Amino acid sequence: MSAESLVAQMKSGLDAPICLTWELTYACNLACVHCLSSSGQRDERELSTEQAKAVLDELRDLQVFYINIGGGEPMVRRDFFEILEHSISNGIGVKFSTNGAFIDKKNAERLAAMDYLDIQISLDGTNAEVNDAVRGEGSYDTAIRAMENLRDAGFGQFKISVVVTRHNVDQLDEFKALADSFGAQLRITRLRPAGRGADTWNELHPTNAQQRQIYDWLLAHGENVLTGDSFFHLNAFGESLPGLNMCGAGRVVCLIDPLGDVYACPFVIHEDFKAGNVLDDGGFTKVWRASDLFTELREPQSPGACASCGSFDACQGGCMAAKFFTGIPLDGPDPECVGGDGEKLLGAVPVALLPRPSMDHSKPERIKVSS
Amino acid sequence: MTLTLESACEMHPQVALRPEPFGALAYHYGNRRLVFLRHPDIVRVVRNASTYPTLRDALAGEGVEEQRWPSFVKALSSLTTSEIIRVR
Repeated sequence: MSAESLVAQMKSGLDAPICLTWELTYACNLACVHCLSSSGQRDERELSTEQAKAVLDELRDLQVFYINIGGGEPMVRRDFFEILEHSISNGIGVKFSTNGAFIDKKNAERLAAMDYLDIQISLDGTNAEVNDAVRGEGSYDTAIRAMENLRDAGFGQFKISVVVTRHNVDQLDEFKALADSFGAQLRITRLRPAGRGADTWNELHPTNAQQRQIYDWLLAHGENVLTGDSFFHLNAFGESLPGLNMCGAGRVVCLIDPLGDVYACPFVIHEDFKAGNVLDDGGFTKVWRASDLFTELREPQSPGACASCGSFDACQGGCMAAKFFTGIPLDGPDPECVGGDGEKLLGAVPVALLPRPSMDHSKPERIKVSS
Repeated sequence: MTLTLESACEMHPQVALRPEPFGALAYHYGNRRLVFLRHPDIVRVVRNASTYPTLRDALAGEGVEEQRWPSFVKALSSLTTSEIIRVR
């Protein structure tokens, strides 16, 4: 079977996801301005420990080899280690994303003693000024302390995960150096206009010139840097970046949210992209294999407005979520289309009519009362 | 490494196979590599390699036509890089 037909096969769906993200809670100690899930406060409908374990048992039977756990801040959950241990002991490896606030020396040692575990510390600047502007005051120091604790505990190679913005794109070399200094692996991903990111995307997303900069940097360093395949829209610049070069939503990727709702990908927490719930009859398996939404996403997609563009094969029209939340038709160009076709469409839909994330768990603003 | 028809092989004990319409996904729990096995025939050869004295016997035993053996040996050799299969 050729590589092309393998991609075609993957587009028509697999028996189980390869890359499953599970947001364990909407609770978070931070309030990042670009949070994909608008996290902050716990939702009382979140899955219980027993329900979460039952989902893991189902994923084990489906032979999902590893999952990505996130949130919110997953370590906020009191049963975090119980869920982690249940997953790993059932042969489901875990990579979890954290802001590091709960990785003290004791927890670092506990994590270092576990197998089949990856940890990804989020960091959006190589100094407090740039990082904290997005992730909140003190979050840079917190992340660095967590990295030091993991290093001192002998965890081995963890990951540093960066969302590339207009303000940190010039720090890519510094991020790499920081990762190297910890023996860590750098992961950089694309900023999506999802969750609270829908409100901040206009100010934070890289300019067109900066996109070229990201592309050139990845071509030079891509071998040792992870991207979650998130920059495939940049392939229209020329040579393809490493990766599958396709939107995996509902095909090889999906999201389980803290309530057990299953969405097509982590960047589209919206009713239109909800396929079902893990507690429904037939469970996750039926949602994955038979839901109307996922079936539809596995049909051949029309190139729409991009049909006459010579770069369509390279960029595949870009990211579905990025189009959706910026009001661009799903068969239209990516808002960050490197040819500029998406940019022209931005603003066509009045801001008030843009799709909004279905849920908002942001913490209420604290009003400072002066004494 | 380069395998030959005389090599004695086995699937790495830390590898799990997940059947898929195109063949199978092979996941190595040790090095965490995910590899696509793109034909049901190669899946069977990988899974059962340890039960045959040599690759020649494995290919014959699993019903792979002789003219396809060179391409199978090449494909199996490339799977040693990710340690999905190894010499025993």
